[in-house]
Amino acid sequence: MTEGAPARDLGPLAERFRGVVGAEHVITHEQQLATYESDGLLQYAVTPGMVVLPANAAETAGVVRACHDTGTPWVARGAGSGLSGGALPVEDGVLIALTRMRSIREIDLDNGRVLVEPGVTNIAVSQAVGPTHFYPPDPSSQIVCTIGGNVAENSGGAHCFKYGFTTNYVTGLELVLADGSQVTLGGPELDHPGLDLIGAFVGSEGTLGIATGIWLRVVPKPESVRTLVAFFGSTVQAGEVVSEIVSGGIVPGAIEMMDNLSIRAAEGSTNAGYPTDAGAALVVELDGSEAECAARFEQVVEICEGAGADSVRVAKDDAERELIWRARKAAFAAMGRIAPNYYVQDSVIPRTRLAEVLGRIEELAGEHELQVANVFHAGDGNLHPLVCYDGGRPGEAERAEELAGQIVQVCVDAGGSITGEHGVGVDKKRYMPSMFDEPDLSAFQRLRCAFDPEQRANPGKVMPTPRLCGEVPGPYRRHPLEQAGVAERF
Amino acid sequence: MRTAERPATREAFAEALAAAAEAGTPVRFTGAGTKAGWAGPPPEDAIELSTLGLARVVEHNAGDLTAVLEAGVSLRDAQAEFAEAGQMLAIDPPGDSATIGGLVASGDSGPLRSRYGGVRDLVVGMRVALSDGSVARSGGKVIKNVAGYDLAKLFAGSFGSLGAILEVAVRLHPLPPMTATTVGSSSDPDELGRGAIAAGRAQLEHHGLDVRWSGGRGAVLVRFAGTRPVPQAEAARAVLADAGLDAEVAEDDREIWDAQRADQRGPLTIKVSGLPTRVPAALRAVDAAGGSLVGRAALGLWWIAIEEPAPETVDSLRSALAPSPCVVLDRPAGGDTEAWSPLDPGAVELMRRVKRGFDPAGICNAGAFGSLL
Repeated sequence: MTEGAPARDLGPLAERFRGVVGAEHVITHEQQLATYESDGLLQYAVTPGMVVLPANAAETAGVVRACHDTGTPWVARGAGSGLSGGALPVEDGVLIALTRMRSIREIDLDNGRVLVEPGVTNIAVSQAVGPTHFYPPDPSSQIVCTIGGNVAENSGGAHCFKYGFTTNYVTGLELVLADGSQVTLGGPELDHPGLDLIGAFVGSEGTLGIATGIWLRVVPKPESVRTLVAFFGSTVQAGEVVSEIVSGGIVPGAIEMMDNLSIRAAEGSTNAGYPTDAGAALVVELDGSEAECAARFEQVVEICEGAGADSVRVAKDDAERELIWRARKAAFAAMGRIAPNYYVQDSVIPRTRLAEVLGRIEELAGEHELQVANVFHAGDGNLHPLVCYDGGRPGEAERAEELAGQIVQVCVDAGGSITGEHGVGVDKKRYMPSMFDEPDLSAFQRLRCAFDPEQRANPGKVMPTPRLCGEVPGPYRRHPLEQAGVAERF
Repeated sequence: MRTAERPATREAFAEALAAAAEAGTPVRFTGAGTKAGWAGPPPEDAIELSTLGLARVVEHNAGDLTAVLEAGVSLRDAQAEFAEAGQMLAIDPPGDSATIGGLVASGDSGPLRSRYGGVRDLVVGMRVALSDGSVARSGGKVIKNVAGYDLAKLFAGSFGSLGAILEVAVRLHPLPPMTATTVGSSSDPDELGRGAIAAGRAQLEHHGLDVRWSGGRGAVLVRFAGTRPVPQAEAARAVLADAGLDAEVAEDDREIWDAQRADQRGPLTIKVSGLPTRVPAALRAVDAAGGSLVGRAALGLWWIAIEEPAPETVDSLRSALAPSPCVVLDRPAGGDTEAWSPLDPGAVELMRRVKRGFDPAGICNAGAFGSLL
């Protein structure tokens, strides 16, 4: 609780919630509340005042309206698998868990559309439209993460270089706004008239409202999938191969890189057959039509061999393909073999700056006497540097955090972003000013205030410092330094 | 409309906008003027602010397949520069004299949309001027980025109603080495509808999937690109023939697609947000109105052009096509046709709040959304 602020009495609100969703779906018991104190980023924990689990849009609207009427802040949560603390509860606030809303309301393969509730898992969408179709965004948590969470975070995944992100697949949203009102944006059709509020809502990290119904595009599965893993002496060498593939006009379904430290960790836990002395592993997957895929795959093999790959392993069947992916997918979890704790970063850089940025990360790691493992989506330059540390050693966690912050800055300076897919949440909001200036943040705030003037939806996330939805500011005036040409705003 | 101002820097642009706001003068942002008739007319006392003074290709990062363009750059100039590196901005509306700013503000598109998405999907960052004189940036110049709200998507297709688009960062794609197209013809709307759905559901990685209809006859067009387009086009021929269409493969397909793009314009053009299963009904409605249709078969986006519209044409098409929303684009001068299909009142209220939030002075492209906002 904030010092000085009186504890909010949630008793009457709990009573009102029981009337909306039924007593069994309102959690007030301390021990049960503890289940919800963190999302996938365990460094942050806050026990919510109450957890409520609505069954449908009408109940969700009833819950949000009750929060609105009583001035209570709230946080929506799906599976809680996010990695930025985006679903971190607010003390004395309400956590609205959407996991009971799990129905797929419509499947229309002739039109390539589905209508789902927010608690449906990502994988369930692909399963529901298989075996002919699939839903392309595939975050590595896809077995548990929910579509509602994907919409909030604009989730991507290993295949987003070719197929795009959640925002490229959402055509309609049924929303509950912060005042409890219900609004429909778009529908199964694309390009509804008016402003593209869907584009603004996707990726807004739960700060603009709750999506209770989501129209998604689904697409036919590719005819052919081919996968290889090539091993190189260094990440720089592998990075050059990535550039050569992409500039050769090939758009791989996925192209993923691991450095030596991540190879060793992953191999130790999966036995996928990755040589532990390799400097870098590059997984390349092509998909599409049989004829095109075969021709392009040959080109990729040639590029890898021409660039001096130590070895190239081509998957001959689904089992071999699965084995190649197993090591990549296990990389995060396997880090326990390197160090007791790690700090995941999600920075993005222009792909052409890879060698330079990796070199700088290595230098910084040396200066901080810490190890950094690199696992990344190489096609789109989304690095996941894993800063390894031992929280049991005094000062090491702080050193790791400092190193992580410096790595973020290196990526931003190279023309990149502080987050490619995990979101800002609470974890990265302190980095926002390294990427955005005051007028940019103020523009973000205009959107936030248009949707939620009292800022009760997921407060304390995304924006680096709290700010009010105040009076309309007067006309912007240039700073005297700007006017004199001494300083530029950008 | 009063004299045009053509600021040469984004600071000057923002200052001109702020000065107009202070004076309470409505502003109409203009580029090449290729779609001046699309949005609702400006108030009589509006002044024109042109982006043509901002016409630099700021960055073309060929190795990263990204570019940063000022709003006044013409699509033609940008594409010429990208083509030198074997790349393209995968947006191909009819004509290429439009500016990037106008293209993004109007959300216009062409056949490439089926494969690469629309303007909203290819813009990765944006810099805008708001009516308080501030210049704000969102997104970035990398293709993957979720930091902050995605204001670039909000401004794409906003018809300048929130502020002026000064600069955009875009994702580029490699130019395809070869293309081939399967054309499946029929004079039966149901058969064409079945063909469109079959092509959309098949495991074909198409580069374009279109439908066209005019004078009681039409076709489904499936284009392939890459190093082996012909075998894929042959596979598509089998799919379309199975659906009952008269299908053949064209290796020299440029004219076919140029026609698709050109036919998105007419004396009266209506853009329809439909669905593939509604194709047959749409084709019949088009016949009844004496028009023609082109569009993206699998996306359900169609452009209906009418050569000689009657006063009631728009209304009768709108009711025949319901519940698909329609937007009138090109229209004959002097008509008072309502451009926009009505929306969920809650959505309209929310859009008005967003408009007020970004443009409290209410001067940016006032009237552009007609009675909608």
